[in-house]
Amino acid sequence: MCLGVPGRVLSVDGMVAVVDFWGVRREVRLDVVDAPVAVGDYVLNHVGYAIRRIPAEEAQATLALYDELLAMQDAEDLMAADLRGELAATGAGS
Amino acid sequence: MSLDVCPLPARGPSDRIRLREGAGGQAMRELIQDLFLARAVHVRPDEVGPRDMDDGAAIRLGDGFLVMTTDAHVIQPAIFPGGDIGRLSICGTVNDLAVMGATDILGLTVAVVLEEGFSRADLERIWSSLQDAAEEAGAPVLTGDTKVMRRGELDGIVITTSGVGLARRVVRSRGLHAGDQLIVSGTVGDHGLAVLAARAGLGLEGALLSDVAPVRALVAAALEAGGEGIVAMKDPTRGGLAGALSEMIGGSNLGVLLDEASVPLSEPVRAAAELLGIDPLIVANEGKVVFAVRPEATAAVLAALRAQPLGTRAAVIGTATVERPGWVVLDTGFGRRLVVEPEGEPLPRIC
Amino acid sequence: MNAGPPGAVPPGLPPGLPAAAARLQFRDPARARALGEALHRAVDRAVDRTGQPVTVMHVCGSHEQAIARYGLRASFPQALEVIMGPGCPVCVTDVPEVDEAVAMARQGLTVATYGDMLRVPGSGPSLGDVRGEGAPVEVVYSVADALALARHQEVVFFASGFETTAVATAAALLDDPPPGFQVLSAHKYIPPVMEIIAEMPGRRVQGFLAAGHAATITGSGVFEAFCARHRLPVVVAGFEPLDILAALVALVEQVARGSAEVDNRFPRCVSRQGNLRAQEILWRVFRPVGGRWRGIAHVPNGNLRLRDAFAHRDARRQHPVDPASLCQGAPSALAARCVCGNIMAGIAAPTDCPLFGGACTPDEPVGACMVSMEGTCRIWQQYGGQVRLGREPPLLPDPTGRTA
Repeated sequence: MCLGVPGRVLSVDGMVAVVDFWGVRREVRLDVVDAPVAVGDYVLNHVGYAIRRIPAEEAQATLALYDELLAMQDAEDLMAADLRGELAATGAGS
Repeated sequence: MSLDVCPLPARGPSDRIRLREGAGGQAMRELIQDLFLARAVHVRPDEVGPRDMDDGAAIRLGDGFLVMTTDAHVIQPAIFPGGDIGRLSICGTVNDLAVMGATDILGLTVAVVLEEGFSRADLERIWSSLQDAAEEAGAPVLTGDTKVMRRGELDGIVITTSGVGLARRVVRSRGLHAGDQLIVSGTVGDHGLAVLAARAGLGLEGALLSDVAPVRALVAAALEAGGEGIVAMKDPTRGGLAGALSEMIGGSNLGVLLDEASVPLSEPVRAAAELLGIDPLIVANEGKVVFAVRPEATAAVLAALRAQPLGTRAAVIGTATVERPGWVVLDTGFGRRLVVEPEGEPLPRIC
Repeated sequence: MNAGPPGAVPPGLPPGLPAAAARLQFRDPARARALGEALHRAVDRAVDRTGQPVTVMHVCGSHEQAIARYGLRASFPQALEVIMGPGCPVCVTDVPEVDEAVAMARQGLTVATYGDMLRVPGSGPSLGDVRGEGAPVEVVYSVADALALARHQEVVFFASGFETTAVATAAALLDDPPPGFQVLSAHKYIPPVMEIIAEMPGRRVQGFLAAGHAATITGSGVFEAFCARHRLPVVVAGFEPLDILAALVALVEQVARGSAEVDNRFPRCVSRQGNLRAQEILWRVFRPVGGRWRGIAHVPNGNLRLRDAFAHRDARRQHPVDPASLCQGAPSALAARCVCGNIMAGIAAPTDCPLFGGACTPDEPVGACMVSMEGTCRIWQQYGGQVRLGREPPLLPDPTGRTA
């Protein structure tokens, strides 16, 4: 069973979408997804059914959450500060 | 744990041969050791005989060694993305000779067993591809045999090859030292995943091709550059990279630490592996070599490989260590796990 | 396998796939190191407050797969234990349910099943065994495959899996399936079994990771009453290594603070209310009933059965089989020693089982935990989960005695 790999919608025909997963195309049913799905959207697939439309900006939001966790650390903790610096230097979050 | 009161014997020989005894793993080794090698011949200490269970055999001839090997090829489907059983047969034998150190190949034999009703067009294609591979490898097919069996008594086609070559120095698949570097000649998992993806109808065929190729020239270049600094070589076919590394350290007092980020993978292989839930480290490769190299020879061997057409993605992927002897440990970048040699039935006959 | 700078599309991928690149950021080793450090500090604080090591549980086979595949446990502090609970739907499918499917196949009904269920032992043979005897058992990868089979013949779809998978079965039943299509439901519902674990005497679990895909359907809100009732925190987690590390940091922080809240760390897929359309479909077709989970005994509301409106699609009602009559006598001596139940409840580890890796292997499994791709024992056997591969010395003596 495919573990909910997110894929990009290439075409929609009624309740069936053709979705691209890392270069592989699969038909996915849209019966249970709770938002209208259009070409270019991303969907989470489980056993041939899309269970979630993933807004493109959600990926960035999740990364911001990780960074927020790091920010919650003790302000005197030098190691956390070093790591925050390292992340900033790699351009993360851009 | 005592099993003598248990009605279900869980392991050990049964009265019927099971599929996994052909899988290249522990079960197969046990079959070979317990049955086939019961009366096997002994060879001289500097030679390689059946009990060594190496990629081939080597016996003294003049100043050097005569190396021989044999293989049976039962792959299904016979024609797969990137190749066919013809090419696979030649490359399998050429590569076994090469990784024993025999890059001077004298000749090959090919025996073909066909099922009644096999397509003539397919046979012509397979034979043409086989001859192309032999030319490419510089390994002439000198003799052969042909049989046809009744429909239903054989699955399509089986090809058995043998090869004979000369080596000045025999390179075994064992004998590592702590600190030896492990080099793989290119991307991993291509053949196994190409066949599995085709079978699963993943539709990646254009991008995902078997790597089946003769590695004779690649190995010759490495040996030229590294000399005795190359301690061991193996071609990671059945059982994949994991299986090859397990065999290289099996029974020794060494372990291997692999760096996942260093293992070369093509993007289509990574995609197929994600989607099929299959680890590229445990599936077959048919155009790759794993080298164990002394640290001082590593740079030269790597450079020589990368200058070869088949070696452009060559990389150092790990080190032999004294920690966790007998185990291959993978550093994933997020933690560590064991790389376990696949056991049990392979996905049927991918090499 | 370096993905390059964050945000960049890795070379070789088809153009126009920013989500794939973003996903690779969820595997960024620099962030993983930072989260790993945060986890160590959070565990220290939790140990300071509680005076004992930290024990948390996840209830999802796919979480265990990800943890094992990335070797995450090797980087956890010694004072943190992440247990896999009853999160493998194949493993918790009880013996009578397998026997029902086997009986139907033996009667000559075509039984379509997900591949994992093929080798699960019932009281007697598995579906794979009877297929070997010639019974019509077909392996399918989706309910769509089973529907296709049912166009030409009567097919019983042996529907295993948790609520996420049950949604697909429900959608298939509502979409005018072929007349021959029937369902033998072995679907399970996770939240009730968390109640059971929370109420177990002697349980050491101080918090739960909730499965991200199930929560995509049910919503994170479904855990709020649980947290209040049991004073245990629940963090909803995704499946990338960074998702899991971040969720663990959040969970252990709650243990350190003594709080008991629902925290959604998978917001790109999970909302508080969940997927209402999927929920409506699920509960229109299925109702929760109490039932046995293998090794866990009775779980109130833990099983999903077809509602009366779908009686004509319910293989149990169309082809009644008495499971008690199928029981083939006493379980084998090996099966009697299998401790899968305790492993699924988080009370024992695979290495506690006398059969693990010896008499019970992926190739010759005794218990369901070794059969399923998501089973704890299978994953430990495959990835070496039983061996502690971390380098740091233990911060505290390992109370379980399991130190490599």
